[in-house]
Amino acid sequence: MNYQPSGHDFVVENPAQQKFFVNREVFVSPDVFEREKRAIFDRCWVYVGHGSELKNPGDFKTRPVAGRPVIFCRDREGTVRALINCCRHRGALVCREREGNARQFYCMYHGWTYHPDGRLKSVPGEDAYGGTFDKSEMGLVPVPRLEHYRDFYFANFDAEAVDLATYLGKAKDYIDLVIDQSPSGRMQIISGTQEYDIRANWKLLVENSVDDYHLVSTHSTWLNYMRNSGVNVTPPKGELLPTRGFGKDLGNGHLTTDNPNYRGRPVAKWISVYGEDAKADIDAMRNELVARLGSARAARVADTNRNLAIFPNLVINDGSSVTVRHFYPVAPDRMHVTAWALGPVEETEAQRARRLHAFLTFYGPGGFATPDDVAALEAAQLGFAAWREVPWSDLSRGMGKARDEQLATDEGHLRVFWRKWNEMMEGRP
Amino acid sequence: MNEMLAATVSRAEVEDLFYHEADLLDSWRLDEWLDLLTEDAAYYVPPNDRPDADARYTLFTIADDMVRLRERIIRLKDPNCHAEYPQSRTRRMIGNVRVTGSEGDLICAAANFIVHRFRYNDLDRVFVGHYRYKLKRQGGRLKIAERRAILDAQELGQLGSVSFIL
Repeated sequence: MNYQPSGHDFVVENPAQQKFFVNREVFVSPDVFEREKRAIFDRCWVYVGHGSELKNPGDFKTRPVAGRPVIFCRDREGTVRALINCCRHRGALVCREREGNARQFYCMYHGWTYHPDGRLKSVPGEDAYGGTFDKSEMGLVPVPRLEHYRDFYFANFDAEAVDLATYLGKAKDYIDLVIDQSPSGRMQIISGTQEYDIRANWKLLVENSVDDYHLVSTHSTWLNYMRNSGVNVTPPKGELLPTRGFGKDLGNGHLTTDNPNYRGRPVAKWISVYGEDAKADIDAMRNELVARLGSARAARVADTNRNLAIFPNLVINDGSSVTVRHFYPVAPDRMHVTAWALGPVEETEAQRARRLHAFLTFYGPGGFATPDDVAALEAAQLGFAAWREVPWSDLSRGMGKARDEQLATDEGHLRVFWRKWNEMMEGRP
Repeated sequence: MNEMLAATVSRAEVEDLFYHEADLLDSWRLDEWLDLLTEDAAYYVPPNDRPDADARYTLFTIADDMVRLRERIIRLKDPNCHAEYPQSRTRRMIGNVRVTGSEGDLICAAANFIVHRFRYNDLDRVFVGHYRYKLKRQGGRLKIAERRAILDAQELGQLGSVSFIL
């Protein structure tokens, strides 16, 4: 692509005119793509994985984190680590499997071997190195920072970054709402990974994940399915959606929707899709929530749906199922998405099956909704070929309203993302 | 394995069924395709990282019972199914068809597939893998009680969505 920067501001906000525009150059520009790597992905806390993925000492998963090959593993003492998957000798991957259990990581190039905690274990022909060779300084390099909040592990490539808890701020409350679904406070990633590419800029998926304005037009076939299954999805007169929800600014670029539930929840709101025989079970789960959390908190957990976006690229959808989804740009016009289902560790077989069934009806590359989101994002990316002639994306919905009146069908929460993105790209703290 | 049951079906009969099915799917004759299935049929696409998993415990790409499969067909025929409107052109190559055994009153069969999927404004996306079928004889007709499309790709990656019937 013969790219010439336009020199325009990327994000233009005019409160007096109630206008908020994003220049579509940000979706096509190779310069922006390169700058995002440094200004955003190397400075933010980015999701690595969940502790439940590493059940036993020695368990590992290899995955890219902010563009680096990383081994996410639990060492022999039980400590979770994120080691850069790159031999200290000549740089080859020391683990070429997707997942497994390792006693050691063995570089197949020259046979250097590392402990699962990263320490260098053995070097063939070590006597050929001079007297300054110190094995204790030649272990696998850990990511500069690795911290977790309630088993969600994040890395930061900026050693000076604020701690994760401060970074997450109010988003922690919404993670807590997810975890409160488990009687023991323990959620787990369920086996089975959905990994797929979208031929669109990664920022479009942040918008799409929390944008309730698109539901009726993009997902009418899913709404039909719900209707055919006996669920009332007809919006009240004057409303765009079956229930009136809000879009919220959680600070630090994090945001969420917060909607009264109408689409059912495995924990614990029965709808007809689940079948009559599930009713008693879901009622019992509801009673457990009330007994443990009190009726107000139980209602907060079980009667609201929240699509939470943690800046820059992690989305937790807590609704008809719980999804954990993150995505990386691999080019200005392409992203790689990884998604998992999350559920309480206590779930019975029937409860787990119900959760997975509900997940697949809406979400994922074979769901009744996600493929249409992908189609929408790819259609937008194709349209952006005309970014010079039709330069501005409009995110002005709700601009005239107060902060706490922003509906989930407005774009106030999308603007939260864009303001933070712009701030970081301009190098402001 | 009930060898007697497996012996009641020839490879040629299974091939005829699979080739006919491929033709119906490539021609988007989806209601006729549904008629090849038993009333309690299931359709699975396991996740690429757990090709042998059980849908009760594992997040699949697709795990449809007949209720949801009928809804999937309603969706696929709707112009608001944006991922498949305009509909993809697909072309299936089915090979290595084998009768592999039986389970109860079900005949097990397998085949390899290459499915090319073409869309306007898109690349040729090539889905490669194998099918595992469970077939049931009903009123003299061989019907599909379960079909499992297992992809060889390590991840969906550039294949993107599985929004058509694989």
